[in-house]
Amino acid sequence: MTTETTKKFNIDTVENAAKTPDTELPWAELGLKQNEFDEVVKVLGRRPTGAELAMYSVMWSEHCSYKSSKNHLRQFGDKVTEEMKKDMLVGIGENAGVTNLGDGWAVTFKIESHNSPSFVEPYQGAATGIGGIVRDIISMGARPVAVMDPLRFGAIDHPDTARVMHGAVAGIGGYGNSLGLPNIGGEMVFDSVYQGNPLVNALAVGVMRHEDIRLANASGKGNKVVLFGARTGGDGIGGASVLASESFDDTKPSKRPAVQVGDPFAEKVLIECCLELFKGSLVEGIQDLGAAGISCATSELASNGDGGMEVELTSVLLRDPTLTPGEILMSESQERMMAVVTPENIAAFEAVMDKWAVEYSWLGEVTDTGRLIITWDGEVIVDVDPRTVAHDGPVYDRPYARPEWQDAVQADSFTGSVQDAGRPSAPAELAAAVTELISSPNMCSKDWITNQYDRYVGGNTALAFPDDAGVVRVDEETGLGVALATDANGRYTYLDPYHGAQLALAEAYRNVATSGAVPMAVSDCLNFGSPEDPDVMWQLAEAIRGLSDACMVLGIPVTGGNVSLYNQTGTTPIHPSPVVAVLGKLDDVARRTPSGWREDGQAIYLLGTTAAELDGSEWANLRGHLGGQPPKVDLAAERALGEILINASRDGMVDSAHDLSEGGLAAALVESSLRYGVGARIALQDVLDRDGVDLFTALFSETQGRAIVGVPRSEEVRFKDMCTARGFAHVRIGVVDAASGQLEINGVDTLSLDALREAHEATLPKYFG
Amino acid sequence: MTELPLIGEAAAADAPGARSLAGAKIGVVTFPGTLDDRDAARAVRLAGGTAVPLWHADTALGDVDAVVIPGGFSYGDYLRAGAIARFAPLMSRIIDAANSDARLPVLGICNGFQILTESHLLPGSMIKNDHLKFMCRDQVLRVENSNTAWTLDYEAGQEITVPLKNQDGQYIADEKVLDALEAEGRVVFRYVGFNPNGSRRDIAGISNAAGNVVGLMPHPEHAVEVGFGPESLDGIGGSDTDGLGFFTSVLNKIVGGSK
Repeated sequence: MTTETTKKFNIDTVENAAKTPDTELPWAELGLKQNEFDEVVKVLGRRPTGAELAMYSVMWSEHCSYKSSKNHLRQFGDKVTEEMKKDMLVGIGENAGVTNLGDGWAVTFKIESHNSPSFVEPYQGAATGIGGIVRDIISMGARPVAVMDPLRFGAIDHPDTARVMHGAVAGIGGYGNSLGLPNIGGEMVFDSVYQGNPLVNALAVGVMRHEDIRLANASGKGNKVVLFGARTGGDGIGGASVLASESFDDTKPSKRPAVQVGDPFAEKVLIECCLELFKGSLVEGIQDLGAAGISCATSELASNGDGGMEVELTSVLLRDPTLTPGEILMSESQERMMAVVTPENIAAFEAVMDKWAVEYSWLGEVTDTGRLIITWDGEVIVDVDPRTVAHDGPVYDRPYARPEWQDAVQADSFTGSVQDAGRPSAPAELAAAVTELISSPNMCSKDWITNQYDRYVGGNTALAFPDDAGVVRVDEETGLGVALATDANGRYTYLDPYHGAQLALAEAYRNVATSGAVPMAVSDCLNFGSPEDPDVMWQLAEAIRGLSDACMVLGIPVTGGNVSLYNQTGTTPIHPSPVVAVLGKLDDVARRTPSGWREDGQAIYLLGTTAAELDGSEWANLRGHLGGQPPKVDLAAERALGEILINASRDGMVDSAHDLSEGGLAAALVESSLRYGVGARIALQDVLDRDGVDLFTALFSETQGRAIVGVPRSEEVRFKDMCTARGFAHVRIGVVDAASGQLEINGVDTLSLDALREAHEATLPKYFG
Repeated sequence: MTELPLIGEAAAADAPGARSLAGAKIGVVTFPGTLDDRDAARAVRLAGGTAVPLWHADTALGDVDAVVIPGGFSYGDYLRAGAIARFAPLMSRIIDAANSDARLPVLGICNGFQILTESHLLPGSMIKNDHLKFMCRDQVLRVENSNTAWTLDYEAGQEITVPLKNQDGQYIADEKVLDALEAEGRVVFRYVGFNPNGSRRDIAGISNAAGNVVGLMPHPEHAVEVGFGPESLDGIGGSDTDGLGFFTSVLNKIVGGSK
């Protein structure tokens, strides 16, 4: 009796492929188009083997190759000024960009989508979304320090929304809470356009010393390639199952999850284990395994390096021994990393693995051939130029054109529409409108969600939801820290993709500045419909153009991000939803500004002017209207406002600051009052006179470039002088009233904070228990 | 009888209160999956003591004067919270030291509390929150017993606010055990205003009979620093540092300067 050490498959070797050019291959089932398959044959000079086909098909997918967006995304690199470059240590193209924080510190952050898995299986989809983005951060050599999660689900009262909501929130909590990473913010938007296609985006941020920055490349002939972390299983294989015909064995597990399954404990151990590797300088290059698994990691490491790589696939540790070579190459099993280690460091590397009880296997080594060679029990099944797999995939100039319906949509203003009938004006009506607004699905308290996330772990959280930005301390000695905000408004972007994307950036920028931080860098997650639809492609092109133009004006670069296309239900695309994350820096987080006022008698100022801009607003949304033009973008004003907020925070001129965005001044006044349960007396007559708007418009318009701040009496003169000197509109609108327990607005029936809080907090529990 | 030194301060010898706080060593245990170990170590430092990292696989406790078992998900806690951690080599040392005549002070926070009940250093058990969700909130607690090693710096009846964050925080025990805990003053903390998880008799934390071993679900180590702890809703001042007393209590006891 003999012992089988290696499974026997009908292996499609390179030699065999050369000899059998006419073999039919399931390239269409794997998602390749005819022209793409022809290109693979041309690149190789022969037909691909089954394993090569698996690699090309997954690496040339939209998800991995950005083939529809690449031509447009170039603008993020092209429109970069010297000012924008000065703090960028690593730009777009690596796992995540790296920004200099000073004092030898660097920060890396990135936002990604995990949309479709989160619709199929909300818990695991959302959980592994967190897992994947955190591994991107570790791959840069950083210690992850916080996560955020912008969410967009279908209508709040649709029966399927509760399924997605419960699953995704529990998944983000269950995974994120187990990693020891505070969840410091995000978004929650309900809109029926996301019904069959929720958006689950995840952001992670990490910090490191400059000398610890690691890149994903395999260099140095003779260095060893190691795979470590969880074993490789059959989850997330997707299309590769059509290659199952290469197996002799038909006793495979029949049902495998298309969505990857996460193990947060394995990830937590992997984080600590990687940080120990970095500390000892034990790895030359490192890459996480995400989409396209080993295919992606081997081809990217080899392509970014200075030579080639040889890997023996039977050395991969499996949790399902029936996997075929193609499946092993494509598996998206979570919690795995690949690293390149010099021969001298092997023993030290293994000691770290043993300490954390992490499994590992040595797969092969770096060569100088320029080829990526993968063998199965010694037989060559992949022999490719890694660049052709990882970087030289197809690029499409998809046709795009301004949709025919765009003009009609933009002409349909809310003001004067059927839905605008009976606009509130009497004091009782306005009070009811404020209450309706702040209890609506998009404006209500998100405590039901955020209370399921650990915001404390790490002990460095200085601000978290519901403040405008999340703030975490980086250096305990100096108080150096970072602020982060994510924003998007799908309705604005639907009305005008160019300006809508800029509005998302402007709001995230404003939110970061509101906390007192200096905005430094941008990461974006571009969630759109099918790029094969010229209307959608136009939205994408316009959004990227708008975003890259606005980044130049604001002087902050895009350092990374992700594009998620084909987000649609049937042929109906989602609203174009570019989610923009802005990262800022605080020299001392003790100076951060919270969004609520506390001290009795402080003056409340409104910064910026108000125009009649209700199109696309939350109020119009509540009345079932979507049309017209989104609020005007004034990036110079945003920059001026940002500088005022940052200076005021640094010099102790404001104790609270809250940006005005969705829901306008009405929402901001309520949120600033409820933040610490402290009321205020507000009179807006000066605003109405100066800006020529009525009280309803002053309260519900969503004009950009505005904020409300609480100014200590001793600082009022200085604060006013600063605004005057900078020529920025400012007007005192009221005073903090700690004793009243009320929000009193002249011309609006008095609102008790208890009633506001109850209305604000009741909405999510009502729908989700 | 102690001889006084001929030169130098009398207090430098081993008279009560002689040791400096910084000389007191508090071990902080890390299991694979532990999350709040850095936070517990920071709390020890901010209270003036020296934090000593302990690894689950260690077979000796070294010369630590007290031990904190922090929160997290030891070994992933996929079986039952704390069920595997209880068998770690270091836990046997901790159990022995806690039960020895020296009565090593031991504090279990969250997962640490779960590990202490699994280790039978404390009675009862923790099951999933009654609402079945993870919950993170600023929680008001009443200190019911200010005579344990970890509560000496509080007043009995004092209300403090510390963060609470857990999935399996519902404390249960049979009626006899609960009655005994009440009768012996071993209910150390009770939830005030809101019972966040369905714990029996609003119990948030308990001690052993000797008062050297204390476990609780809320996280005092996250309320030790201004600007990074819980905020009081009234907006007037924070209760950011309400948890610091746990660590000053044990340090003062160790150096002999306690009340």
